[in-house]
Amino acid sequence: MGAASRFIFRRRGGKGWHWTDIVTWVWLVGGLLIMFGPAVWLGFSSFKSPAALAEFPPTILPYVTQQVNVEGYEQPLALYEASLPDGSTQVLAEVRRIGIVSQMVDPNAPGEIIRVNIGDRTPVRTMSFATENYTEPFVQFDFVQYLWNSVFVTVTATLITLVVNSMAAFALSKYEFKGRSVAMLIILATLMVPLSVIMVPLYSIISAIGLFNNLWGVILPTVATPTGVFILRQYMLTIPDELIDAARMDKASEWQIYWRIVLPLAAPALAVLAIFSVVWRWNDFLWPLIVLSRRELYTLQVGLSIYAGELNVQWHFILAMTVVTMIPVVLVFIFLQRFITTGIAGTGLK
Amino acid sequence: MTPPAAGSPAPSRSFASILLAPVKLVMGIIDVPLRALQKATGISGMAIFFLAPNMLIFGIFVLLPLAINFVYSMTGGTAFFLADRTFIGLDQYDRLFECSNYLDPMSCQEDAFWTAVGNTGWFVVLQVTLMILVALGTALILNRKLRARSFWRAVFFFPVLLSPVVVGLIWKWILQRQGLLNFALFEMGIEPHNWLTDRTWAFVAAVGVSIWAHMGFYALILLAGLQAIPKDLYEAAEMDGTKASRVFWRITLPLLAPNLLVVVVLALIKAVQVFDEVYVLTGGGPGTSTMFLTQYIYETGFASQLRNPGLAAAASILMGLVLVVLTLLQLGIGRKTEPKGGKK
Repeated sequence: MGAASRFIFRRRGGKGWHWTDIVTWVWLVGGLLIMFGPAVWLGFSSFKSPAALAEFPPTILPYVTQQVNVEGYEQPLALYEASLPDGSTQVLAEVRRIGIVSQMVDPNAPGEIIRVNIGDRTPVRTMSFATENYTEPFVQFDFVQYLWNSVFVTVTATLITLVVNSMAAFALSKYEFKGRSVAMLIILATLMVPLSVIMVPLYSIISAIGLFNNLWGVILPTVATPTGVFILRQYMLTIPDELIDAARMDKASEWQIYWRIVLPLAAPALAVLAIFSVVWRWNDFLWPLIVLSRRELYTLQVGLSIYAGELNVQWHFILAMTVVTMIPVVLVFIFLQRFITTGIAGTGLK
Repeated sequence: MTPPAAGSPAPSRSFASILLAPVKLVMGIIDVPLRALQKATGISGMAIFFLAPNMLIFGIFVLLPLAINFVYSMTGGTAFFLADRTFIGLDQYDRLFECSNYLDPMSCQEDAFWTAVGNTGWFVVLQVTLMILVALGTALILNRKLRARSFWRAVFFFPVLLSPVVVGLIWKWILQRQGLLNFALFEMGIEPHNWLTDRTWAFVAAVGVSIWAHMGFYALILLAGLQAIPKDLYEAAEMDGTKASRVFWRITLPLLAPNLLVVVVLALIKAVQVFDEVYVLTGGGPGTSTMFLTQYIYETGFASQLRNPGLAAAASILMGLVLVVLTLLQLGIGRKTEPKGGKK
């Protein structure tokens, strides 16, 4: 108790509880619940059967009422624990319910009907994970295709982003040439042009070059990120010019200098950009929604939002697919979160 | 593409070196024509070569659309190809601004546009104010002497990584009639409510969900700002026995002001463009109570039956003007430190 309570009740200074200590703990614990709670609740819900999802009040874990096959009845019957008039309790199967009276039978001796008030019986429930919520959308619907499309877009766009942006950053950090400041200005200016401002003409360009309803139409406009150029350029500026001069003396070509010297040395910055890029492209929504109008081309985000927007929402499938959509980002969060937070804190870029 | 380690590694047949062999081969092959190019253009020509792909993509997918957008907004019809569209001058802008009474958005010809502008205005004011307050509070608390600070920092950052679709669906699930919120209220003896079908509550939900999703990002920047404040200032204040509230108003806040300003402008830029998570959460409804500018542009340009890309372009240019003002403000503030931006 001693060490634990000392940890839990750590305070500012040593002279009793200061009001700021209370605020801190309320804020942190409340934050933990509010930030993680909704996603965790979604995760638990995704394993419930449609019947369990419709229950109110809801349970945290997925329970289903146990059923049993009784001789003489075609349908499996629901099991209840009933308190009988003589004060004993017995597990009985419900045959049917008439008003507030439930007709029940003993599963082991199904001949005799026992009448029980519905207030005197509670269902026998066991935990059961409805894994078909996960398997069915992959089999019945196109979710395998959506998943593949998302993976393809994310991986391809990230690879191209790394190559194109690192080349630009190399040029902007290690060369003196005419037009360098103009190029910097153009890149800076593109920070000001979000998708919502140019989506109509961008769409017309994409369809003019035949990339409408094409995954490349989703990938190409995203790969030259100004953020990426800035992150990489800031990092490459710290690489000493002497290294490059030495390589030139050894008759290395500029291309060799780029990929054999600068790229390996910029690996930490490349890793940060790769993580950012994976998260951005995986999460992209509005642009794929505009460019992709055929079902077989949807990314997970688009497919999921369209399924969820349909009139007859099948929440058990939607919840499970939301969890699938969340998985890569949660993995990034668990293993690589540190790189992102230090990246943002260091540059102010997102 | 994984870059090889600097200086050629020992010829151990490790997994990585096998994986890198094709990369090396490709790079070597690319090098042959590039050497010729270098001979022809010199070293500064190679700089242009390295810059070219990026500039080409910027040019085609950012600068060209930007330029076309102005022309686009002066044309009519439903065709998407510029050549098929008829020039109509400033008619689209006239249409946006045609109102019989300028105090009543419902009297305008494009009442949907002005509803979206009004909604966005309210959203920006509420969301940015509340979010910055919460983010500042979180940053101040994370800046205290805490055990496992990086864990707590991660807790508040978690929703930032989630996709807008996931955020929208998580909260749609919680706010629905039989959802977790109604259950919690039911336990406390409060009447359950259909949050997302009530105009006011749906708007409140849009603001709240968007704060939930983005607050951690701003808290992180503010925390970095707080940690950059020299510790000896606080030590000196403590030695003088200064009251905590006075330390906050006289040291913390003034020294955090530049960061705070950057964060506010960044949040403003983001809030003006609000769309995805709210679109998934409410679809802009009930009615038009949570329809924002980006959704108006999207629906006018693509989704509605009577699509009018020219009108959407005109609306997007007006929105762009607001963003340009905000971004210039931000660049002005950020100039002294480092380039900063909020674009994905």
